[in-house]
Amino acid sequence: MGFKENALKRSLWVFHFSGGSCNNCDIELLDCLTPRYDLERFGIELVGSIRHADIIAVTGIVNRQCKPRLEKIYKQASKPVFVVACGACPCTGGIFKNSYHTAGPLDEIIPVDAYIPGCPPKPEAIISAIVKLRNKLE
Amino acid sequence: METLKSILYFIVFPGFLFTAIAGILVSWIDRKVTALVQWRVGPPFMQPLYDFVKLLGKETIIPRGSSKFTFLLSPVLSLTSITIVSTMLWHTFIMPSKGFVGDLIVIVYLLVMPSIAIILAGFSSANPLSSIGASREMKLLLSYELPFIISVLVAVINSGNEILMGNILMFQNNNGAIAGSLSGILAFVVAILCMQAKLALVPFDAPEAETEITGGPFIEYSGTPLAIFKLSRWMLLFVLPLFLVGVFWGGFRIEGIDLLWSVLKYVALLVVIILIKNTAPRFRIDQVLKLFWGPITFLAILAVILAYLGV
Ligand code: SF4
Repeated sequence: MGFKENALKRSLWVFHFSGGSCNNCDIELLDCLTPRYDLERFGIELVGSIRHADIIAVTGIVNRQCKPRLEKIYKQASKPVFVVACGACPCTGGIFKNSYHTAGPLDEIIPVDAYIPGCPPKPEAIISAIVKLRNKLE
Repeated sequence: METLKSILYFIVFPGFLFTAIAGILVSWIDRKVTALVQWRVGPPFMQPLYDFVKLLGKETIIPRGSSKFTFLLSPVLSLTSITIVSTMLWHTFIMPSKGFVGDLIVIVYLLVMPSIAIILAGFSSANPLSSIGASREMKLLLSYELPFIISVLVAVINSGNEILMGNILMFQNNNGAIAGSLSGILAFVVAILCMQAKLALVPFDAPEAETEITGGPFIEYSGTPLAIFKLSRWMLLFVLPLFLVGVFWGGFRIEGIDLLWSVLKYVALLVVIILIKNTAPRFRIDQVLKLFWGPITFLAILAVILAYLGV
């Protein structure tokens, strides 16, 4: 593995997309950046602009209002970019599965690279998913 | 032979390569100390280098409706001007007698260029948030530039009306640091505050304000241009404290034990910057303007008057 791939592996910048979540997954995601879990150890940073992102972390079922925006954001990202489905909602639909506003699980909209189950997932689970994603990059 | 030497001078030491490596190191120190202040472990040693190399490998997107030429030019402008400043600074540190008249003015002038580059970047990227960031950066530039120049003037007056960087260094070698006098210490404090604003760090980070305009002028940048911008910011973080050490705090000497002392001075100044950054809230842009044009300019003018009186 070259230095370039290694660098990508060690410096993943996360863009957080909230596609109509109940807000609990968002809080757990932010928990990962607190001193207790400190994701910066692995070079992970939260960025505000999609152009800087290497990972799009999607929380919540993607509802019908959000779907076109998510597709647009996915196209705006500078490649290579990875998508992480964070929580039961984007993985399967979760408790909102058959609601009127659901636009389907995330992987029917854009390709997904990692799934994090849990409602909401623990910060440990999120960290372990990112480590798995890193190993997948090799 | 001479041309080869000067090319090496610009590209390897003390020009681009040296400054870039030092900048990467300094930005790691910045992040690590920030992490320690917040009781975290912080990023590994090579982190900024990984970030940089990763950004080089990513796709570069030029947004539709943007001015392509300006969009791509501004990071390069920022990088080259800082490289020139660094080369000139080290040149005078190594050989104080070999400057040209007015090199201090050229350095002060070139230090404005990174901010100009950010303004160009913000206005050329066709994004409302980056335009807001650019206009804030412009106001910030207007507000801090006046006290900064006045505070540098104090060093000029105190060293007997020298506008040669080398002569100011020599004066300090013989008579002690400029910051040793009352006017000097006032000017030094003003210059530190202006430096914080020049680096666009908290409390003067309104142009970038991650939490409200998500990075401001850099919002549309990706891939290589973003990498160059990041690198030039890191280099600026390396060069600016060095400039202040040179002008106000006895210079950066290379020989023997003096080197250790110089590095310590530099690191102390850097830690002051980082601590201000981590303990202050953000000013609104109008507050920044009031602060710089009011109390801080007043302080700087007071320092000039004291310098004329020889205090
Ligand atoms: S997975 Fe659970 S916690 Fe997360 S957004 Fe959906 S309902 Fe909320």
